[in-house]
Amino acid sequence: MSDPVEIIQTPIRLEYNYTPGVARSRFLNGLAEGRILGERCERCHKVYVGGGSGACARDGIPMTEVVELPHVGTVTTFCVVNVPFAGSTVEIPYTTAAILLDGADIPLTALLQEVPAADVRMGMRVEAVWAPEDERGPTSDSIRYWRPTGEPDAPIDDVLKRMRADA
Amino acid sequence: MERTAIVGIGQTKHDTAREDLSIAGLVREAATRALDDANMGWADIEAVVVGKAPDMFEGVMMPELYLADALGAVGKPLLRVHTAGSVGGSTAVVAAHHVASGLYERVLTVAFEKQSESNAMWALAPKIPFQPTLVAGAGGYFAPHIREYIRRAKAPDHIGIEVAVKDRVNGMRNPYAHLRIPDISFEKVAESPMLWDPIRFLECCPSSDGACAMVLTSERYAATGKNPAAWVRGTAVRSEPLGMAGRDEVNPCAGRDCAADVYAQAGITDPRGQIDLAEVYVPFSWFEPMWLENLGFADEGTGWQLTDKGVTALDGDLPINPSGGVLSSNPIGASGMLRFAEAAMQVRGQAGEHQVDGAHLALGHAYGGGSQFFAMWIVSSERP
Amino acid sequence: MREVAVVSFAQSTSVRNNAVQNEVEILMPVIQKAVADSGIPSKEIGFTCSGSADYLAGQPFAFVYGLEAIGAWPPVRESHVEADGAWALYEAWVLLQEGEIDSALVYGFGKSSPGQVRDVLTRQLDPYYLAPLWPDAISLAALQARALLESTDHTEREMAEVAARSRRDAKTNPNAQVTGDFDAEQILSDPYIVSPLRKHDCAPISDGAAAVVLAAGDLARKVSKRPAWIRGIDHRIEPHYPGVRDLTRSPSTRKAAEAAGALQSEIDVAELYAPFTSQELILRDALGLAKPNGTKINPSGGALAANPIMAAGLIRIGEAATRISNGEANRALAHATSGPCLQQNLICVLEGE
Repeated sequence: MSDPVEIIQTPIRLEYNYTPGVARSRFLNGLAEGRILGERCERCHKVYVGGGSGACARDGIPMTEVVELPHVGTVTTFCVVNVPFAGSTVEIPYTTAAILLDGADIPLTALLQEVPAADVRMGMRVEAVWAPEDERGPTSDSIRYWRPTGEPDAPIDDVLKRMRADA
Repeated sequence: MERTAIVGIGQTKHDTAREDLSIAGLVREAATRALDDANMGWADIEAVVVGKAPDMFEGVMMPELYLADALGAVGKPLLRVHTAGSVGGSTAVVAAHHVASGLYERVLTVAFEKQSESNAMWALAPKIPFQPTLVAGAGGYFAPHIREYIRRAKAPDHIGIEVAVKDRVNGMRNPYAHLRIPDISFEKVAESPMLWDPIRFLECCPSSDGACAMVLTSERYAATGKNPAAWVRGTAVRSEPLGMAGRDEVNPCAGRDCAADVYAQAGITDPRGQIDLAEVYVPFSWFEPMWLENLGFADEGTGWQLTDKGVTALDGDLPINPSGGVLSSNPIGASGMLRFAEAAMQVRGQAGEHQVDGAHLALGHAYGGGSQFFAMWIVSSERP
Repeated sequence: MREVAVVSFAQSTSVRNNAVQNEVEILMPVIQKAVADSGIPSKEIGFTCSGSADYLAGQPFAFVYGLEAIGAWPPVRESHVEADGAWALYEAWVLLQEGEIDSALVYGFGKSSPGQVRDVLTRQLDPYYLAPLWPDAISLAALQARALLESTDHTEREMAEVAARSRRDAKTNPNAQVTGDFDAEQILSDPYIVSPLRKHDCAPISDGAAAVVLAAGDLARKVSKRPAWIRGIDHRIEPHYPGVRDLTRSPSTRKAAEAAGALQSEIDVAELYAPFTSQELILRDALGLAKPNGTKINPSGGALAANPIMAAGLIRIGEAATRISNGEANRALAHATSGPCLQQNLICVLEGE
């Protein structure tokens, strides 16, 4: 009789088909066309972008008014990442930032490049860097990353105050 | 509403991987200790309320089904709560309601995570189609908000390090704590690798296997246990949506509202003055000053000063996390209940080497998700 | 015991595969309707509780997105169970007993279409001894059905009749997925998918959501002409291992029914969550409804007509409540189940005033 079994490995493989849903599909299809599409809630008038669930989380209603957003925004906060994760192709350290697009009320999270981590600041103005047209598709990778526009920083206190304003 | 007492408390030795126990063994280690402390047997329990975080942490769907036998729940009501990271706390709250409602008199509540079974970093954020994955680990999510706190509060850089040291020093006095770093020091933390700026490696919680259990009873059974009962003086939960425009993730409204509710129930008008200690969910060092403000212990922008002045140390005026907190042990599903249980242990005089002298009124706090789910309770050595 | 009633109920139409909407988009209109029909303004509802399962969705924290559907602002008292919405209703009912709040919104939701449900459910089993064998949900139910046929007087014909009755009754249920006139002979001539279960013996795979609003005492009377009062509600669990249980009986259903006071007098309508025809027979035996006499079993068509897992149990409560509210019934019983082969069961007894 060999040693008692104390640990077993039980691999689990389950396959799932994901449905992004109507709102997220609209956002991703917009990216394929080189456009950033958000939506405005008819009740609180906030503009959402990033293709969430399609609900205005404050009011619990679907948002149907589509709003096209410019490809520039302000860094509202950020962090420098030194931890690699499985499947990542980005060199570490890299910077991720919350970017409030001009006209949006909720930031989207994205990768910053073409700027040393030490130079990233809250209030920095950034623009999207798109994949070449023939490489775009209904995926967040259509925007490769965001880089500084070179404009003077936005007044961060004002930006954050507006972003946190209650409806 | 019926008075609710805590008469038994138990927890496991938390560790990176409890390879000596199955999942059932892990929950039983905590549950049997709680029953023993309560001077009760499995047959005395009328209902079981279980909590844990996402099932991907163990690779078992709805594991309470598998654990029905191990938890002595056969023939009884068994409920499983899942509210993300706050779950340990909200589970205790649900268990308390089972008694406060008058429906049950003796309830066993258990929260656990055996996250070594699967891959915790993956389970927290697997790659889901159509959703970008930018950062690994919870730290990547919270670091930007911590940065905003530091800016708003004009806090000096070293505050996070002070918390990390304090909690590990406390952890050395807790025989159940996972992390034991005898040579923990300011320099050691400051020199540890920066993971998600401004969070360093030693400012992060570990990934732990662990479980916590409590026996809650009606007043009729409050004197049953080996130790004096702790009394529930208030429980509250609040949630706010994750992706809502206008949210403040640094000082969330749900946290402030939850605290206001539980303080009102417990007759607390001056938290800083009336509460003797708090066990607060701090998975990354900077959450201590942030939660001190969110919980009304300090005015906005000044929470870091309490840390800096040593007020939150074990021998300070308002000890925070005398157990070593989440920074010392983090079995995710159990961590919230550990905060609630440790608060109760303190007011029962049961905390051994990390006992706060004269602890009579304590706060247990848990949060989860993107700082959106909150669960809190106030416990006292005094019967309401 | 404080008087609590179901004052509204809404559900989505169950479909095999909603490839267009995500869970939140399916849930939103259901919640809006339940809240609107309740007569209680959304911001006045005292507590919200939901039921869903991460493994069904194939992602952790799946329930978090559900919160976007309710307009949780200002912050709300909210909780969630990793189980069918029927258990979320139980949690809400417990809280309502305390008297601090007077109303609650309960919802359950899930898409079964993303994964292979019969394989996903194997993850509910003991991870050391059972799950590695991947005994899929249909095979386990078949094991149970085989035991039933061999050790009791129940027959495959009875099972076929349950299927035929369910699909026929579902014709009047606008939210049902599988409806139609099938006769027992036709069904019996179909091949087995896993002996002794045929396709018709099994619930369909469904995407869907449901919501219920509960209100206490005077508030219920104020907002509803005929509230469906919860006179008793209880749930019990059995041992986990199928090999340890007598799969042909459901003692936890019996015990929950006794504790809920279900057996004290005649039931007009019983909505039973039986994803397999054989399981309906077992549940009816446990509830003394083997010969239904005056009791109408699953007028909605039951789970055999639509089975949005994580909402289907809540739907049984909603369907039973609806028949009280519209005057069709005075006393109804709703049942929900969870776990392999009816391991855990919940019984809710509803009455008109």
